[in-house]
Amino acid sequence: MGEFTPDEKHHIVSLWSKVNVEEVGSEALARLLIVYPWTQRFFSSFGNLSSATAIIGNPKVRAHGKKVLTSFGEAVKNLDNIKATYAKLSELHCNKLHVDPENFRLLGDILIIVLAAHFGREFTPACQAAWQKLVGVVAHALAHQYH
Amino acid sequence: MTLTQAEKAAVVAIWGKLASQADAIGAESLERLFSGFPQTKTYFPHFDLSQGSAQLHGHGSKVLGAVGEAAKNIDNITGALATLSELHAYILRVDPVNFKLLSHCILCSLAAHFPKDFTPEVHAAWDKFLSQISSVLTEKYR
Repeated sequence: MGEFTPDEKHHIVSLWSKVNVEEVGSEALARLLIVYPWTQRFFSSFGNLSSATAIIGNPKVRAHGKKVLTSFGEAVKNLDNIKATYAKLSELHCNKLHVDPENFRLLGDILIIVLAAHFGREFTPACQAAWQKLVGVVAHALAHQYH
Repeated sequence: MTLTQAEKAAVVAIWGKLASQADAIGAESLERLFSGFPQTKTYFPHFDLSQGSAQLHGHGSKVLGAVGEAAKNIDNITGALATLSELHAYILRVDPVNFKLLSHCILCSLAAHFPKDFTPEVHAAWDKFLSQISSVLTEKYR
């Protein structure tokens, strides 16, 4: 776990360079809240999440989606050291946010689906495989400090 | 987690669009599965899993064909997939965790081929639908 081949790094870095972090981030978070509505439990302060339309148009969802994916970018910049990169964030998610790590896996898979929708044919099985590895490593790193 | 009328409609509508490419989408979903989750290949030691292989295409057709049967009998998926359910329980015995992985890969293929149609609502409906199929196929496991 955690070691990326040169090919995998290439798939990850080159796709990331084309990602609009605000758009993809907000779409991924919105889809998480829509497809798995129980994840809304963490966002009671976000206001109107009563329908797919409300969620998609919710400015707090947009802002938070951007924040989350911007943070994801740190993993892309530090592919050889993701665990250390997320040590503090892991503590935060455990001690302050109390987020079940299963949610990291759910969001990771949703992100991949959003990438597939945005990049179509370019998001080949090999490209997806590299990204599956990345979201797995990120989820693992974020869960690492849990106690 | 049952499908609402709106969700059933969404599933059927998208099936209509993808039906003509079902075989290709089936093969692509399996490719995504075997690339992204190599442990799933352990169920196919007897297959040539290289890209474009006849076996991959044949099996992809079978899988998406079954999804199509479920879509055409969406009010009675249990009945429509009864034989397949027994096959998976008594002969194939694919570990239940793998149904989630394949469902995810089918969603990726749908998203890649039909980005404009794959709205969040459609995504949710298909996620639920594939989850229901998975439940039916693992129903008789124990």
